Amino acid sequence: MIKDFIHSHLKGESVFIDDMNLPKNTLILAVIASPVAAGVLKNIDTKEALASDGVIGILLADDIPGENELGNIIQDEKLFVENELEFIGQPIGIIAAENAQSAKKALKKIKLDFEEHTGIFDPRDAYKKNLLIAPPRTFQMGNMKSAWEKCDVIIEDRVDSGMQEHLYLETQNAVTILGDNGKLFIYSSTQSPTAVQRTVASVMGLPMHQIEVDVLRLGGAFGGKEDQATAWAAMTALAAQKFNRPAKLVLGRHEDLTYTGKRHAYSSDYKLGLSKDGKILAYEVMFYQNGGASADLSTAILERTLFHSTNSYYIPNVSATAASCKTNLVPNTAYRGFGGPQAMFVLESAIHRAAEVMNFEVLDIQRKNLIKKDDTFPYGMKVLDNHGLHCFDRALSHYNYDKKKQKIDDYNRTHTLKKKGLSLMPICFGISFTSTFLNQASALVHVYTDGSVGISTGAVEMGQGVNRKMKLVASKVFSLSIDKIKIESTNTTRAANTSPTAASSAADMNGNAVKIACDMILERLKDFISEKTQQKVDTLEIKNNHIFINGEKSHWSWKSLVWDVYFSRTSLSAQAHYATPNIFFDKKTEKGDAFAYHVVGTAITEVTLDTLRGQYHIDSVEIVHDFGESLDPLTDRGQVEGALVQGIGWVTIEDIQHNSVGRNLADTLATYKIPDIYFAPDKIDVDFYENPENSKGPFNSKAIGEPPFMYGIGAYFAIENAMKAFRPGLDIPASAPLTPEKVLMTLYQEKLLYKKYGH
Amino acid sequence: MTISFILNNTLVTSELSAGYPLLDFIRNEQNLKGTKIGCREGDCGACTILLGTLVENHIDYKAVNSCLLATGELQGKHIVTIEGINKSGELIPVQQLLADERASQCGFCTPGIVNSITGYMLTAIELSEEKLIEALDGNLCRCTGYTSIKRSVESIISTFREKYSALQDKETRMQAMVDWGIVPEYFLSIPEKLKAIENKVSPSGDSEGKIIAGGTDLYVQHYDEMYTKNLTFLNIEQNISKIEIKDTYCYIPAGTSVDELYHSEKLTSVLPEISKTFGLISSTPIRNRATLGGNLVNASPIADLAIFFLALNAEVILEKESKTRIIALKDFYLDYKKLDLNEGERLIWLRFSLPKKNTFFHFEKISKRLHLDIASVNSAFSISYENDIIKDCSLSAGGVAAIPKYLENFSRYLIGKELKSEVILNAIGIARTEVMPISDIRGSKEYKSLLLEQCIIAHFLTLFPEKLKAEDLL
Repeated sequence: MIKDFIHSHLKGESVFIDDMNLPKNTLILAVIASPVAAGVLKNIDTKEALASDGVIGILLADDIPGENELGNIIQDEKLFVENELEFIGQPIGIIAAENAQSAKKALKKIKLDFEEHTGIFDPRDAYKKNLLIAPPRTFQMGNMKSAWEKCDVIIEDRVDSGMQEHLYLETQNAVTILGDNGKLFIYSSTQSPTAVQRTVASVMGLPMHQIEVDVLRLGGAFGGKEDQATAWAAMTALAAQKFNRPAKLVLGRHEDLTYTGKRHAYSSDYKLGLSKDGKILAYEVMFYQNGGASADLSTAILERTLFHSTNSYYIPNVSATAASCKTNLVPNTAYRGFGGPQAMFVLESAIHRAAEVMNFEVLDIQRKNLIKKDDTFPYGMKVLDNHGLHCFDRALSHYNYDKKKQKIDDYNRTHTLKKKGLSLMPICFGISFTSTFLNQASALVHVYTDGSVGISTGAVEMGQGVNRKMKLVASKVFSLSIDKIKIESTNTTRAANTSPTAASSAADMNGNAVKIACDMILERLKDFISEKTQQKVDTLEIKNNHIFINGEKSHWSWKSLVWDVYFSRTSLSAQAHYATPNIFFDKKTEKGDAFAYHVVGTAITEVTLDTLRGQYHIDSVEIVHDFGESLDPLTDRGQVEGALVQGIGWVTIEDIQHNSVGRNLADTLATYKIPDIYFAPDKIDVDFYENPENSKGPFNSKAIGEPPFMYGIGAYFAIENAMKAFRPGLDIPASAPLTPEKVLMTLYQEKLLYKKYGH
Repeated sequence: MTISFILNNTLVTSELSAGYPLLDFIRNEQNLKGTKIGCREGDCGACTILLGTLVENHIDYKAVNSCLLATGELQGKHIVTIEGINKSGELIPVQQLLADERASQCGFCTPGIVNSITGYMLTAIELSEEKLIEALDGNLCRCTGYTSIKRSVESIISTFREKYSALQDKETRMQAMVDWGIVPEYFLSIPEKLKAIENKVSPSGDSEGKIIAGGTDLYVQHYDEMYTKNLTFLNIEQNISKIEIKDTYCYIPAGTSVDELYHSEKLTSVLPEISKTFGLISSTPIRNRATLGGNLVNASPIADLAIFFLALNAEVILEKESKTRIIALKDFYLDYKKLDLNEGERLIWLRFSLPKKNTFFHFEKISKRLHLDIASVNSAFSISYENDIIKDCSLSAGGVAAIPKYLENFSRYLIGKELKSEVILNAIGIARTEVMPISDIRGSKEYKSLLLEQCIIAHFLTLFPEKLKAEDLL
């Protein structure tokens, strides 16, 4: 067993920011937040709070030395409110105190004078009022006008999907420590150290080289710490500089749930046209994205929604439009899948509806329309292989779909209080940032004179195992045992101008950068031996910490070679940069090869529904997934299982509701429920569809973080099918999450109607 | 107030207020950072630790949420954090088996999971996967989807199952635990060390403080205030042995924990429904702390235990200066969070008449997530049925009124009636007039109203599957 970071996890010795031993004089911050979703802030009376025990000071918008601005893509988000109150939980300022209790106590003594306005919470309402974060965008292919005429069946409907809380177990936090000559050292629980560095520099009015951001590990992130981690770091920087003391801010769970952005809720209208034999001919869709109060990453997420509007299917005529709507909710943000799940849910709903109307098996429509080699996506990229189709067919055969279906039909014939449901969910997810410039990464590799290796990259370890993959890449290049390799913290002085660890692409891009850097050092080592032995470079090989020449073991071990190379005054360090080749996207035409490649797969989900109580249980999910050639099967399997269960949570019990004044009612863990050990499927089986054709990931591996999330959508349709087994012909509104409440209210809608009008 | 207890292998003292949360004591005062802060409401399990109590010559360990535990209650206890389980330089078998399946991704929930598993290993008589999974019902993990954790559970059980079958008594048990690497060797010396500490018998704490019995809800609602709070602790330990069956009654001490209720053979033999349904009440660490009396007096309209015992026509025995008063549980609740409890009066016992022959009982709890969730609606039903006639019945329901509700009219209507679908449907119509649910995050009022009907149907279909047809009731 390789000693690994997992050992320190299991011993509770892995340090998270809140665990760091900080100087005794570290200030603890508490956030003054807007109590209303819409309004104007007229006055803040801090007098009583300032006089409160242990309070050192209070900082508001006026105290910001640089720009009061957070937005990364669109500059529309203030760090602290100046006048306009835009959502409940919007930061107005911070209280700095000697300890958390003093800060909390003082918080209650802040008196806000404000005028409350009526907020807008529904994206369709915002759209009608032209409250948009950016102009809507449309992806188009084919000719819609003529396409509708050819359709035998046309389905139109509305689909809704809800917000989802990331619920990383480690809440948002940051620490700033003062350095020499005004330098600020920031420890931030962020997926995007460079974004923190850039924003803090701008907020503080300092050059970026005065800000050093260090990230050791994250206690989960899932997109929630991509842009949303920045504000807290900036607040600690402000306080540290202002009061000349280290400053720390850790959000409590309730605060985190109330203040931070979530997965965007979407409301969509679609029109789907098919030929009578089930071929999809045309698809028109309008997505209303609930962006929240400011842009955050909404526009990029919206773009990916458009990219994945046709999921795994080839549709010759497509018109997909999306609008990011501004509402008085938290600024919604990145979350595993990044707008892809919301898009796929709409089309999958449409296909299920079409199958019902046409009396087809869903499977037949799905299979008939799966995208194949040489087909084109609406954004103009051609499909290079048939992996999607192969995974789909393999799922059917490998997991005996027909037999399973038969068994379920038999079960449903003989049971009333329990019904089973089955679904198939194919996915196709593009890998690369859709903003082409972000597709770059770097690595800095040092080989030390004792032969140990230290590697820094732009990738952030947040549980997804990227550090382990970086080790494996270096270990493969150097043929060195993995315990000789260390992955350092992600630090802006060792990896500058990094892209966020996001878009599933961190292992691909940073791994490729590590490979290039290691290859550079390896070449120097080989050149050295070649020069010393007069043997050609291609006769040299490093195997198991030893150097072989023409297949024979030489006197050099890895360690002695490194020492000798150092003595020869040759660099044992390398810095490399990787930019994903051959990708481009033209936003004017909305066409281009936006992705390095696609990840595909198919999931079969089986559920049991309690028709009396409306509760359900996920029995099994069986997945054929395209891994390329997995670098680390145990890590990759863990990513599939974890993403799947999050996806299931999104469409089932993870339920965020707001009241009429925009307060999130699911603002504690007592009210926001994520899957627990019982709710997770009894069985998850993952079949590794391995193929060596992808050369974009290191050693032919493929990205893994996000795509499996979308298998979770299958749970929605499996439950829906179980509902229909109980009440054939039942009209079920397409609305996720399909909570036990919605299930029961739908199953017994006739009973409810009778009651309403029957008396 | 000075409190002394053993933290891992060290004697520690606390001069802090009784209410000061153990979680903060561990992390801030003792600098042990393996115990994580995830939610401070007992809902995530990242702060799970083991609470050891000396019982004769051995120590009884329970997994508990340190965020909901007052340091003032720890006099003479053994507190075990992840640091107290670790073995220097290596992984203990439980950790190794988790590592082998990569059952930790970000690592934040992991120490709590190791502690929950260890808590189970220290107390289990016979190992079972099902029970070990139940021991993890209070631990959330957002990364793994639990699949790798379940694989580890399988391998832990298969590694230790046979060994456990050879376990002898409680005295020698700890030696085996040490030999098998479940816990470090120092655990053997803890009983003697605890004996050396003055073990103040509860109730302890500050006499003027708020009275708590478990306090699992108090910390959820008011944790900010707890740091400087005085508390008076009621004895909530070892009440299981005081559960008594006398004449036609079963008596339960108010301080009995939910876990003790769940595992009392005396109780489950007269109420088998407990074994079937108490696993749905909160989580293992909370069941280890939450008490019958606390749940009843807290008076949540959705309190599981209140609903359960209401339908058994239970009575509460109240005491003030050795004067007792017995009232029906259904009369104990006056209005939202308002009790028929006089100043200075305390709930001491709950008693209920032993179920007679031909009496049937059933409990339903419906929530968004089946486990560790607060019910949208819960309901209990007790019915005496003889010669095809309903002789007597009682129905209670939570989440449908300002108090845990006893539905008088529903029951009155059914007495003397035949067990037929039309009769039940009529009774449901009556039940509807007795409740007034409100809409909140746990469901709209229409949903809760429907749930009450479904619960009633579930009671009948579960108790009389041969006499009724589901189709006639749905």
